[in-house]
Amino acid sequence: MLTEHFVVSPHWEWYILAYFVAAGLSGGAYVIGTMLRLWGDARDLPTSRLAFFIGWPLLLVCPILLTLDLGQPTRFWHMLIDSRTGLVFKAWSPMSVGAWALLIYGIFSTAMFVVALGETRSTPALLSRVARVAGTLLGRVLMVVGALFALFVSAYTGVLLAVSNQPVWSDSWTLGGLFLASGLSGASALVLLLTRRRLEAAATDQKLLEADRYFIILELVLIALFFVTLGGVLSRVLSGGWLVLWLVVLLGTVVPLLVHWRPAWRRRISPTLAPILVLLGVLALRAVVIFSAQS
Amino acid sequence: MATPVGFFTDTTLCIGCKACEVACKEWNQLPDNPIQFRDSYDNTGQLDQRNFRHVRFVEQATANPDKPIAWSMMSDVCKHCANASCLEVCPTDAIIRTEFDTVYIQQDVCNGCRDCIAACPYGVIGFDSQSGTAKKCTFCYDRLQNNKMPACAQACPTQSIKFGNLADLRKMAADRVQALQAQGVTQARIYGDTEYGGLHAFFLLTDTPETYALPNAHSAVLPGRNDVPGYLTVAVTAVLAAIGGLVAFRRRGERA
Repeated sequence: MLTEHFVVSPHWEWYILAYFVAAGLSGGAYVIGTMLRLWGDARDLPTSRLAFFIGWPLLLVCPILLTLDLGQPTRFWHMLIDSRTGLVFKAWSPMSVGAWALLIYGIFSTAMFVVALGETRSTPALLSRVARVAGTLLGRVLMVVGALFALFVSAYTGVLLAVSNQPVWSDSWTLGGLFLASGLSGASALVLLLTRRRLEAAATDQKLLEADRYFIILELVLIALFFVTLGGVLSRVLSGGWLVLWLVVLLGTVVPLLVHWRPAWRRRISPTLAPILVLLGVLALRAVVIFSAQS
Repeated sequence: MATPVGFFTDTTLCIGCKACEVACKEWNQLPDNPIQFRDSYDNTGQLDQRNFRHVRFVEQATANPDKPIAWSMMSDVCKHCANASCLEVCPTDAIIRTEFDTVYIQQDVCNGCRDCIAACPYGVIGFDSQSGTAKKCTFCYDRLQNNKMPACAQACPTQSIKFGNLADLRKMAADRVQALQAQGVTQARIYGDTEYGGLHAFFLLTDTPETYALPNAHSAVLPGRNDVPGYLTVAVTAVLAAIGGLVAFRRRGERA
């Protein structure tokens, strides 16, 4: 039996959409950078560095977008601190947990950005020393801890929507996982897009393409689950103009898979097309989920 | 802590005069509504940052040709739920439970994130773009602190809105339902005894809750119901993605 809603919309719009995309890609990029270091070889290091380079500026945009969306932007710090009682943390409120996770992830993302910078040539001695510390066991453990926060930042936005009483959002428990799979796929596509002309990255690109396929398959399964769990509310996300956005999502998931399974297509299609479609799909997925529920 | 207080709104006594709306607007200095022509006497529309009380005109067609429309009127308000969805999700602790057991938004703490608006199952809370904060019925917190009853209850000419000690009001409501049912109004029922742990603003209805745009017992659910399943899905997805990453990125044919 479906839950009947008698609610009003919170008017979460463009800033929130941009934040969801930036958080998804930033967290995803950090996770990819970490996985390449943990399970890859020396040839994967440049691409791993690039992933950390991408993750950091995307992260910097996040608090700016969130603050701009507030009715009282100068009170952004109320998310973390109550001047009367001290720190504010509510484990059952995804927005509260997300604010803290974003702060902590910011520390790790900045650290790995500095490490990646230290690994490049012609950097000051201090940065090179920091990069060497990152190669130790402790450094690797901290990098993995950071990846857990990165995963959370990439995914919690979906849980935030679900923990409400809004139609569509609260009718499905799949959004957190769906945003995570889509964020990882989008981050892989972004890294691929930026490494396409670097010959030394060719071996890693093949690995990234393979990983992206797994993330896309995961995303497609979660989209199917999302539709199934919506039941009678499904028409709300599949009606009118929303179908155009779903078409973009479909192109951003199916085309990269087809390009892999049909080698003939690979020669005909520009290598930048598939990653661009994936990134557009990341944007369209979040847009259709955010806006269709509030229409 | 002071005694828990409540509103008992008996919709069978409401005549739709909107004195409660006017009194609320005056006391709380709420702005006018923009002029809109609706196909109804209900020209308030909904509860929001401008309207902490809303006299809902429920118009239903009847089989009687002399009286084709039957009106049910209900003065709607924030329910001040015992288990309040807005209070549950508020990330800044701007929403608090007062010493009167009512739910109150501290205007100097709220930063306008609007998570409470997404969570409220009754669509009660509105966003005030002037103050940049969320607003709703305060249960006339300032009046309660000065031993005065809320403005709406004081202005109601038919005593459809009753204010008082919550336990006394529940007893009064149960007696009233019994009396109405004895008179043949078999549809008479209380809304708000059990929903969200018991509402502090509860209603005597003569039709289903949905008729009055209120979620029924099945639909009256807390946002937190999706916390655990949502995070579990994230965890499972993360594990599967990590396995995918391991398969794709692992060293191939090389020594570790």
